[in-house]
Amino acid sequence: MLPKAKLWLALTVAAVSMFSTNLQAAWDLNMPQGVTQISRETYDLHMQILWWCVAIGVIVFGVMLWSIINHRKSKGAVSATFHESTKVEIVWTIIPFIILILMAIPATRVLTQAYDASESDLDIQVIGYQWRWEYRYLRQDSLEEEVSFFSSLSTSREQINNQLPKEESYLLEVDNPLVIPINKKVRFLVTSNDVIHAWWVPDFAVKKDAIPGFINEIWAIVEEPGVYRGQCAELCGIEHGFMPIVVHAVPQDEYDAWYAGRQEQAAAAQAMSNSEITRDAAMAEGEAVYNRTCVACHQAGGTGLAPAFPALAGSSVVNGDLTANIELLLNGVPGTAMAAYARQLNPVELASTLTYIRNSFGNRTGDLVQPADVNAILEAQ
Amino acid sequence: MSAAHDDHHHGPAKGISRWLFTTNHKDIGSLYLWFSFAMFLLGGTFAMVIRAELFQPGLQLVEPNFFNQMTTMHGLIMVFGAVMPAFVGLANWMIPMMIGAPDMALPRMNNWSFWILPFAFAMLSSTLLMEGGAPNFGWTFYAPLSTTYAPASVTFFIFAVHIMGASSIMGSINIIATILNMRAPGMTLMKMPLFVWTWLITAYLLIAVMPVLAGVVTMMLFDIHFGTSFFNAAGGGDPVLFQHVFWFFGHPEVYIMILPAFGVVSAIIPTFARKRLFGYDSMVYATASIAFLSFIVWAHHMFTVGMPIAGELFFMYATMLIAVPTGVKVFNWVATMFRGSMTFETPMLFAIAFVVLFTMGGFTGLMLAITPADFQYHDTYFVVAHFHYVLVPGAVFSIMAATYYWLPKWTGYMYDERLGKLHFWLSFIGVNVLFFPQHFLGLAGMPRRIPDYALQFADFNWISSIGGFLFGASQLILLVVVIKCVKGGKKATAQVWEGAQGLEWTVESPAPYHTFTTPPDPKLIHAQ
Ligand code: HEM
Ligand SMILES: [Cu+2]
Ligand SMILES: [Cu+2]
Repeated sequence: MLPKAKLWLALTVAAVSMFSTNLQAAWDLNMPQGVTQISRETYDLHMQILWWCVAIGVIVFGVMLWSIINHRKSKGAVSATFHESTKVEIVWTIIPFIILILMAIPATRVLTQAYDASESDLDIQVIGYQWRWEYRYLRQDSLEEEVSFFSSLSTSREQINNQLPKEESYLLEVDNPLVIPINKKVRFLVTSNDVIHAWWVPDFAVKKDAIPGFINEIWAIVEEPGVYRGQCAELCGIEHGFMPIVVHAVPQDEYDAWYAGRQEQAAAAQAMSNSEITRDAAMAEGEAVYNRTCVACHQAGGTGLAPAFPALAGSSVVNGDLTANIELLLNGVPGTAMAAYARQLNPVELASTLTYIRNSFGNRTGDLVQPADVNAILEAQ
Repeated sequence: MSAAHDDHHHGPAKGISRWLFTTNHKDIGSLYLWFSFAMFLLGGTFAMVIRAELFQPGLQLVEPNFFNQMTTMHGLIMVFGAVMPAFVGLANWMIPMMIGAPDMALPRMNNWSFWILPFAFAMLSSTLLMEGGAPNFGWTFYAPLSTTYAPASVTFFIFAVHIMGASSIMGSINIIATILNMRAPGMTLMKMPLFVWTWLITAYLLIAVMPVLAGVVTMMLFDIHFGTSFFNAAGGGDPVLFQHVFWFFGHPEVYIMILPAFGVVSAIIPTFARKRLFGYDSMVYATASIAFLSFIVWAHHMFTVGMPIAGELFFMYATMLIAVPTGVKVFNWVATMFRGSMTFETPMLFAIAFVVLFTMGGFTGLMLAITPADFQYHDTYFVVAHFHYVLVPGAVFSIMAATYYWLPKWTGYMYDERLGKLHFWLSFIGVNVLFFPQHFLGLAGMPRRIPDYALQFADFNWISSIGGFLFGASQLILLVVVIKCVKGGKKATAQVWEGAQGLEWTVESPAPYHTFTTPPDPKLIHAQ
């Protein structure tokens, strides 16, 4: 009992000190009004229903409180004998019904607007993965992408594990934010590669489940430039709390410049994908990828979490045939949480990660995997 | 009077065999209630782990995977282990006495439906010790997270759910058979206490939806072990089908947990207001309409899965409609208190808190029914706040109210009123400090089921955790009160409460081992 009591005491002290340092933190109480027409209308709807509830609550609880104060036996109250009245019952059935109709009308209107995803200016496919998002900018009228990239949490493990102070956008920051133009109807086609996720940006009042095998549509016309943050909203496994969404809404010309830059980057990465890499570069890049992508399941030090998430330290695959190891990383292990990384990582990242795991955690294969090795197997498939 | 004629040769057996082999509704009721309390403490311990981890941003105490196991096990244990068995326990104890029956209609099955429960929960809890850990996919266990991506222990979870379902179905058959066949002469349907009515309707809900739950977990079992693809998109299956089937069970399930609570409160408020329940008939009809509506609103849990707009509108309108009969109930309770002659013993305090706080949960329920607004609320702490308001100061408070209300009848002694009030006030404060700030967290954008959160959520989270610890610790007072009351105290009269009406108050306290072996005098049966 005693160590437990100490723990609570420590936690309380921590809380109090945190409270005093964090006073400037916003005490957000309400739904954000957001930056789209739909988000503002949603907010109005929310407030309207809330006020109805408050009004009904004041009346009902008011009568109750008044009775509690006045009709108590200790004050000599004698109970009345009435116990039914069809008239009253009808009244308090019909009045709420009318109020509900008054609520349903604007709700129906907002819903109908929100559901009209036609005539978009830009289509972006949003794909959920355990545990990151992929964004594919689609060419007009086709499901082929021109620019695509993954967007993963960029908050460091040290901050999460309380070894470094937490920065302002703790857990709400990513390596590659989504960039969209303002004042354009952007349609998001939401799906998933593995389990169900949900793509949610509160300021757009946009939340849609990402479901494997289905494509869901939502849209937003963002009216103000800015950085908008959200999170995955549907439990999707271990790292569900760690797959944020960051959207940069920018003016059209800035967007165009960014988009052109992305196209160039893609071309450069394509060119890079057959170049040679050095051992040091591979180990550094591999470690970075490991800590971003693999660590949630296979854990720091490659210890894994038996039996669902096998250890990489001493693993027979990691210490065995290289080709088999490359294939496993590219294709995943169907029916388990091990995803296929062929699309999620580029050849340089894949090769570096292989080099890293085959020469870390006590594994000593001595291999230096080149992007060409990975490409050879990719092409053969 | 009837108690005096009881058959004295049939006292309880001695020792452990009394409990193992008992077919007595009172013994079985006590077993259910003790079991439920044990599960309440176990599920509560998991909740304390959750709140301790969420006390501050960052990961402090547990790994994310274990955190997910805690949320999952907390939900499953509280719903299936604490709330449902508690109501079955109350039904066992009270329904035969309320309708003037000597026992439940199917006493041997009664024994069986209780005794399979400890096995189900032992199996479920043992998954925490298994390699790979306990179920970690939430109490709603959405596929494919709970199938393709599940830990190996999911098979034990499925089997445990099957056993719980079998227990519930047997329990409901028993309750229906008892109510329909064993009422004392003169106890017409429209004279039955509302607790009996609400349980009759609940039992039908259980029989209707427990097989659906069994069906959905069996489909999971096949997907996991026998190569089918019900919920696997890659194999041509449909993950959304899972949610439709689950919530077709799941929404009626939430009413299974609240209808008996309505019955309890409808018994307690008239007693302590010393005034007949207002609108008995409308209470019965409102309960029946809620039960009917509960079958056509399930997809309000799925507004974001991408249903066609016609579906969204239908489920929005149907869900909003539930507010009408729910409102009627609340108005009736308030009208019962109005111009009564009230006293505020512990059961009444819990019942009043029930009416107020349950209604607040009803308000947020109405807000959640508004589809476009639900796009913002869904899967956030706002939903967590909503369902905890209806389930904790709702269902759980009603169970506590019932315990205090009938405890003197069960034990023959008055409980310690001062401790009872202390328990009430600490619970009342604790529960609000715990759950009220969660509304704000949800509106500000905090998703549910996350082990760590952004800094702007820090303040409300630590407040909520403090409330949680207070609420959790206060429940130990209930244990003390009950144990003290079993051991002794001021002798309780048969009537116990000045304003109490109904057959259970005509037998002496403690209620003899067998009651109403001969039917009660029909003159004792009054309109409610
Ligand atoms: C006026 C009555 C009620 C209405 C209109 C209502 C409406 C809703 C809606 C729309 C949701 C889905 C929210 C979402 O996930 O986005 C919800 C969730 C929920 N409600 Fe209610 N509700 C009502 C009463 C109750 C009662 C009486 C209970 C139980 C005693 C209850 C228990 C729950 C639970 C457990 C969930 C969440 C389940 C989960 O996702 O884990 N509700 N409610
Ligand atoms: Cu997620
Ligand atoms: Cu529901």
